[in-house]
Amino acid sequence: MHDIHVIDPVSRIEGHAKITLHLDGEGQVEDARFHITEFRGFEEFCRGRLLAEMPGLTARTCGICPVSHLLASAKATEQVMAVRIPPAATRLRRMANLGQIVQSHSLSFFHLSAPDLLLGMESDPARRNVFGLMQAEPDVVRQGIGLRRYGQEVIAAVTGQRIHGTGIVAGGVAEPLTTDARDTLRAGLDEALAAARNTLELSFGLLDRFAEELETFGTFPSMYLAHGRPDGLWEHYDGTLTVIDADGGVIAAGLDPADYREVLGEAASSDSYLKVPYWKAALRDDDPRTAMYRVGPLARINIAERFGTPLADAGLAALRERVGRIASSSFLYHHARVLEVLAGLELIGELLDHPEITDTHVRAHAEPNLRRGVGASEAPRGTLFHDYEVDANGVVTGVNLVIATGQNELAMNRTIRDIAARYVTGPELTDGMLNRIEAGIRSYDPCLSCSTHALGQMPMVVELVDQEGVTIDERRRT
Amino acid sequence: MSGSTDDKLRLATVWLGGCSGCHMSFLDLDEKLFGLAERVDVVFGPLTDVKVFPEDVDLTLVEGAVANEDNLELAHQLRANSRVVVSFGDCAVTGNVTSLRNRLGEPDELLQRVYGDAPDLAGQVPRSVVPALLPTVQPLHEVIPIDVYLPGCPPSAERIGRALELLLDALEAGEGLPDLTGRGPDDLRFG
Ligand code: SF4
Repeated sequence: MHDIHVIDPVSRIEGHAKITLHLDGEGQVEDARFHITEFRGFEEFCRGRLLAEMPGLTARTCGICPVSHLLASAKATEQVMAVRIPPAATRLRRMANLGQIVQSHSLSFFHLSAPDLLLGMESDPARRNVFGLMQAEPDVVRQGIGLRRYGQEVIAAVTGQRIHGTGIVAGGVAEPLTTDARDTLRAGLDEALAAARNTLELSFGLLDRFAEELETFGTFPSMYLAHGRPDGLWEHYDGTLTVIDADGGVIAAGLDPADYREVLGEAASSDSYLKVPYWKAALRDDDPRTAMYRVGPLARINIAERFGTPLADAGLAALRERVGRIASSSFLYHHARVLEVLAGLELIGELLDHPEITDTHVRAHAEPNLRRGVGASEAPRGTLFHDYEVDANGVVTGVNLVIATGQNELAMNRTIRDIAARYVTGPELTDGMLNRIEAGIRSYDPCLSCSTHALGQMPMVVELVDQEGVTIDERRRT
Repeated sequence: MSGSTDDKLRLATVWLGGCSGCHMSFLDLDEKLFGLAERVDVVFGPLTDVKVFPEDVDLTLVEGAVANEDNLELAHQLRANSRVVVSFGDCAVTGNVTSLRNRLGEPDELLQRVYGDAPDLAGQVPRSVVPALLPTVQPLHEVIPIDVYLPGCPPSAERIGRALELLLDALEAGEGLPDLTGRGPDDLRFG
């Protein structure tokens, strides 16, 4: 008899999903799958709307990283308008994106994953959350809340609001940064930097405590994709794409994001509302798993030679001393996130000190001049593409969104299969086992709001499935 | 369940068909979350590991519209187990962006277009494990009775904080629901 366990919902992740574990006759884990359970239909209902509406509308795919969607959408729109935005607008957008990386990574690390990392994977599930952590480790949570707040304040200063602000528009940004806002952000930076340095120390210490997880949580060879720069510096907003292999060898560099369709394919499956991108050139036997690549913080720190800021570069060097040039364990997504928070704050400091950060020329004006535009940017979770086709009146006729989390789907499946094979023995499932599997997913910080732009929510169901894929038993964790 | 040690009020937050922006705005209470955690036990929601909606919840904030069968089932469960239900944010209150798919016609045809025809590999329509889509996305009050509406896309953290304060005061005092109209930092009225 073959069993499938279903974990439903997968909790403390940003969305709606289930996990199924497929067991063989001996109760050994044969396969594991992560299923996105929500569909929202953005690509469909955006058709027929005006181009100018797209940034505000597509930002509603996600309340966690709306800035990423605003940026990719505005850039796609600017491609259609064939317009270059003023340098002051680029600086402000970069600052908003860094604020977004700081707040979103802080949410992932402190609010969602720190309960596993600090209270323990097998601790009491009723208390294993940020509110429980407030009692056990109030100082850590206070720092996390402070870091997230700082990132949100940076976003609000540029876009007008913490969530779904309207300040990032086609052609640039709507309003210049006021000197007051700059001074307020400058005044809060040192405290945020101090919190980020403490967090880096905490996170580095966790690598010892979780030595086993470091080995089992998605430690496999894969390709990596992110924005890259010719000078090797970390890039989060603009430019071309780089793809490397598992050892860091360059597979492609200088790729124009507008050509993504030539290199990335998309597969659909019968049991998830998530479409799965894969690297076309590596596809074998029509099995997208052969063409898996990872995106996001881990990919970015593997592709970049360095951040170009002193504190984060020291942290990156220390990590490489410990794990080698390429960080291949998905458990290290957490640490990569902390490094990016620190780098983000350092770079925000540089931007705030730029003599023209309050320059008032922040927007270019134009009309639709081309029929298609692709915008790409590094969202906290990885490379995000918005691809629009429009008619002569600027009405949108086609939309394709390629979301970071979708690109990590194949790696997430592989990760939970490995964890389940290591920790699940026989049909008896304990909370600790299941939470470890969920923690494997959490390391990717999947943003299911985004990935389910197409459709998405995340409970954990464990189903027992037979060889034909028929569910014969289903248990929900309560 | 919940591990509650005293007679604190029990708060749940639920995420249906929305972008989580309303939950993020709740987290924008920042340091005020410490004060909230002293007043309530958070017994369910995307930030916790509780998988089944618990019994005897005092106050439940519901983000998002009702879009699929799982949403519908959870909406009924939370209503049955909560004293006060708040329709939290524009997706819950009006359907908002989540309901824009309603003009696209039958879910089956829609899914065929999105998954069956568009991808260059496999092209399978999701039907197993995932919940079926409802024919149309509905605002929460079409499905269950609502006690309080808290509109906004998302409602600001100030507005959320003020509403929670007034509601928790009333629940702790054992009073009926307070009239929230016009009592927020910004206007709490519908619309
Ligand atoms: S009301 Fe706005 S912020 Fe809230 S879930 Fe809906 S789209 Fe997101």
